[in-house]
Amino acid sequence: MLRFLATFILVLCALGPAQAQDQNLQYILQDHHKAVERASRKTIDPLLKALADGKLPAVPGFLDAWRNKNVWMSKEDGQFYFLADPKADPVEIIDIETGEALGTHARKGMKQLKPNSGVRTILASALVEFQLKDPDLQTRTEAVLAIERGADAAHLPLLQAAAETEPNSDLKLRMSRLVRLLTIRFSKDTDARIATIKSFASDTSVDVRSALNPLLETRTNAAPTLPDTINLARRLVPGQQFSTDEAYDLLVKQGLAQPRQDLAARDAILIENIVDGRVGDAPVSTLSTEEARDRAYQKLVQLGQAPALVTRADVRASLDEHVFYEEYLEPDPGITTAALATLDSISNRVDLYATIDLGLDGLSLASIYFLAAIGLAITFGVMGVINMAHGEFIMIGAYTGYVVQQVIPDYTTSIIVALPLAFILAFAAGVALERSVIRHLRHRPLETLLATFGVSIALQQLAKNIFGTQARPLTAPAWLDGSWIINDIISISMIRIAIFALALAFLGLLIFILTKTRFGLEVRAVTQNPRMASSMGINPERINMLTFGLGSGIAGIAGVAIGLFAKVTSELGSAYIVQSFMTVVVGGVGNIWGTLAGAGMIGSLQKFIEWLNPSNTLAAQTYMIIFIIIFIQFRPKGIIALKGRAAGD
Amino acid sequence: MERTFLARNPSVLVFLGALALFTLTVTILSEGLGIGFLSTSFIKTLGKTLCLCLAALALDLVWGYCGILSLGHFAFFGLGGYMIGMWLMYARTEEIVVSSLANVPLPPTSEEIRDAIGTQIFGVVGGAELPMIWSFADSLTIQLVLVVLVPGILAFLFGWLAFRSRVSGVYLSILTQAMTLALSLYLFQNDSGLRGNNGLSGLQNLPGAENVSQATLSILFLWGSALALGSFYIASAWFMSGKFGSAIRAIRDDENRLRYLGYWVESYKLLVFVVSAIITAIAGALYYPQAGIINPAEIAPIASIYLVVWVAIGGRGRLYGAVIGAAFVSLISSWFTGGQAPDIPLGFYTIKWVDWWLVLLGFGFVLVTLYAPKGLGGLVDQLVRRKSA
Repeated sequence: MLRFLATFILVLCALGPAQAQDQNLQYILQDHHKAVERASRKTIDPLLKALADGKLPAVPGFLDAWRNKNVWMSKEDGQFYFLADPKADPVEIIDIETGEALGTHARKGMKQLKPNSGVRTILASALVEFQLKDPDLQTRTEAVLAIERGADAAHLPLLQAAAETEPNSDLKLRMSRLVRLLTIRFSKDTDARIATIKSFASDTSVDVRSALNPLLETRTNAAPTLPDTINLARRLVPGQQFSTDEAYDLLVKQGLAQPRQDLAARDAILIENIVDGRVGDAPVSTLSTEEARDRAYQKLVQLGQAPALVTRADVRASLDEHVFYEEYLEPDPGITTAALATLDSISNRVDLYATIDLGLDGLSLASIYFLAAIGLAITFGVMGVINMAHGEFIMIGAYTGYVVQQVIPDYTTSIIVALPLAFILAFAAGVALERSVIRHLRHRPLETLLATFGVSIALQQLAKNIFGTQARPLTAPAWLDGSWIINDIISISMIRIAIFALALAFLGLLIFILTKTRFGLEVRAVTQNPRMASSMGINPERINMLTFGLGSGIAGIAGVAIGLFAKVTSELGSAYIVQSFMTVVVGGVGNIWGTLAGAGMIGSLQKFIEWLNPSNTLAAQTYMIIFIIIFIQFRPKGIIALKGRAAGD
Repeated sequence: MERTFLARNPSVLVFLGALALFTLTVTILSEGLGIGFLSTSFIKTLGKTLCLCLAALALDLVWGYCGILSLGHFAFFGLGGYMIGMWLMYARTEEIVVSSLANVPLPPTSEEIRDAIGTQIFGVVGGAELPMIWSFADSLTIQLVLVVLVPGILAFLFGWLAFRSRVSGVYLSILTQAMTLALSLYLFQNDSGLRGNNGLSGLQNLPGAENVSQATLSILFLWGSALALGSFYIASAWFMSGKFGSAIRAIRDDENRLRYLGYWVESYKLLVFVVSAIITAIAGALYYPQAGIINPAEIAPIASIYLVVWVAIGGRGRLYGAVIGAAFVSLISSWFTGGQAPDIPLGFYTIKWVDWWLVLLGFGFVLVTLYAPKGLGGLVDQLVRRKSA
């Protein structure tokens, strides 16, 4: 009784809106009740048409549920419902129109609708059609996205129709591009396919290539003579495009030749036939060469105890009797030719972009080297002081950045604080080093080198003692994450752009300081002739100290920048020291522009060598260094050499 | 002129006597042949130290006498070790492979043995075939020749390129550092054919000498190292005391003047550089069988820098200075970093020598460079002079 009452109320609820609106999903479905309950490909069309005419928002959801066998029918009144959980009993039933829970129902009173696979296919494309015509832009975009992910032939006409009526211009563009891609894959019209393939000649997107590549799939075949019905990709000659072994294996696989015994099989047969320590008349102990084993095997063949060996001559003969070729799976040569031409033109363009990308990579590596080396360009290049502890000043900068981030949790603020602080600390360290050590070793460059080595060893170990051996994080602020993506091939990470900008800023700043300020004038005077400068009232000691501090301070700032993308360890600086010296030496000592040229050359060259052998960046560094050693032979003074007396030894 | 070479160089006699006495004492105290006071591992350390002394001697030839500061001498040291290591590893693996294949039904062919050796050695870097450079690894004679030849050719090429274009001073030092960095980076790759960063291992097992205990082997290697050090010491002292040595020292003091006098400075420098590289390689070939393992990290620039530090502390330009420096600093370093040195508790902080030794060494080295540029050897000179005065 209670159940009857509940059903009655349910029916009332379901019918209520129908009477009010006259356009109700349940109402339309009940109109075509039989077509829903026993759906078949023949009877479903009028229902779909009625649904399309109704323009109800709930239709796509219903079709999707129906396709996935989630629609149930009440046996009592023939109404259709969704179930919240089909495994429960009693089940909770849900309205197909509004998605409201309508109460519970005994499970055995419900019947699941199970459309067959033909119907499900029709439903799927009908669903897409509904979604593509949906008034909501979001739904249409999602439908297009779904087709992009997994398209089939049925989508093509639907999408074509939708593209014509699409009001949103962005989506319309996307749809018509997708139509072209689907045309390549699914169209029956060969001319249209060829024309579409050709229209993509300047498009470097990955999806175009993934649409074209399947057209050029081949299969390797062998036959006594070349068949003329196939779409031939190329002839293969055993021993040239593929090995004779592979060719023979292909013949065996196609049943055109006898299988061959390999060495392992031969040895297995020999072992099987060991009798009293002898095989085929030969003592086992003599079988320690390939020839002896072959002889023993031939003996077994003569005795009829083993199958005959396929000899090399046999292999050669059967290879000669057959032709080998690759044929396209696509039968139409017009399409494969067009696809080849288009892919060729695309790959030319991709190569061009890849070259640009490589150039940008090289540029960013160059700016890293420049940043690491520019401090050295002042201390080594301008002052002529070999400071092997320069790398440790870079390390000081990086650790400063790390410590500041521990105190100031906001990444942007901490970087802004860390940059000047790193400069100050490294400046102080540089001045201390100059005052205590380097000043006493002027004009003794090798001793300077040794003493600063000592400092380098000590500072590295100190950093290890304080911060431990594990890498410390120096996190970049969020606005430095991500990349600037220009197209599918060219992209640069923001952090590299920032480093490039920083390198440029330092170049400008140093050039300005050295050429436009009083301090720069004095530095140049002291560098050229300290005694003359001193007689002009310049204090060379003070200038040397400040110059060295400046170079070291810049190394500190470089340390913060490098720490943002590399791991901050005590070995951070020493990883860059050799490259930095190389940069200065290759560029030409005594000249900031030279350092720029050196960094540019080393950076782009290293990327180029990496590109030649992408699997192996270690080898790239090896070849790079060898190249530099040879380069120094031809331009011992670097790319930009100072001329005149200032250049003296 | 009538006085003999040894009479003119009493320090050589003193040195040889000290070396002989040292070797004899160690032998008597050893586990292998003596009373067992010194452990085998300590004797190996002493043997290795002698090899390092030999390398320091070789560096002193180019740096102290010829003025070429090489920051890449461990490239030659390591190459020598790799060359002998290839034979040691190959021959040892061959023994293992042959004994493991002894029980298969068919006696193995030479190809099968070679394949198995390849798999055994290169399995760790995902390879199975012996690379080209291992073609001669089965022959001790050829590998011994290669110990001399490979570093010699490398030094010749490098030196020829560098000296020809008059690269000198710090530039040359940085280039030599770049050379050893390049070599170590190259060897770090797995497809360099020398097992990448795994290096060669098990070198302490001398093939064909399974019955000789490690204790005895360590003494034999100690003798070998001492013999090499002694002979190269005499040879170096003899060369450097003659006319050739004067020319070399003149290059150090003023290269241009010597050039104006008509000397072919470049070939002198090249000769000294190559000879020094070869001596270093021989030291390496004696060192690594005692160390047992060699990997590319051994060739990293820092190793060569330590060698320079030893020579500088010992006092360059004196053969005994280099030897004393290497022996003193390397032994004391391994004592401190080996954790044997007592920690110093300060109440608020305990100074652990494992952590602080390098700081001390670094700053100490700065002090030596600043205040005692002649090193420990300079002190010896002063003492001798005061006595004779």
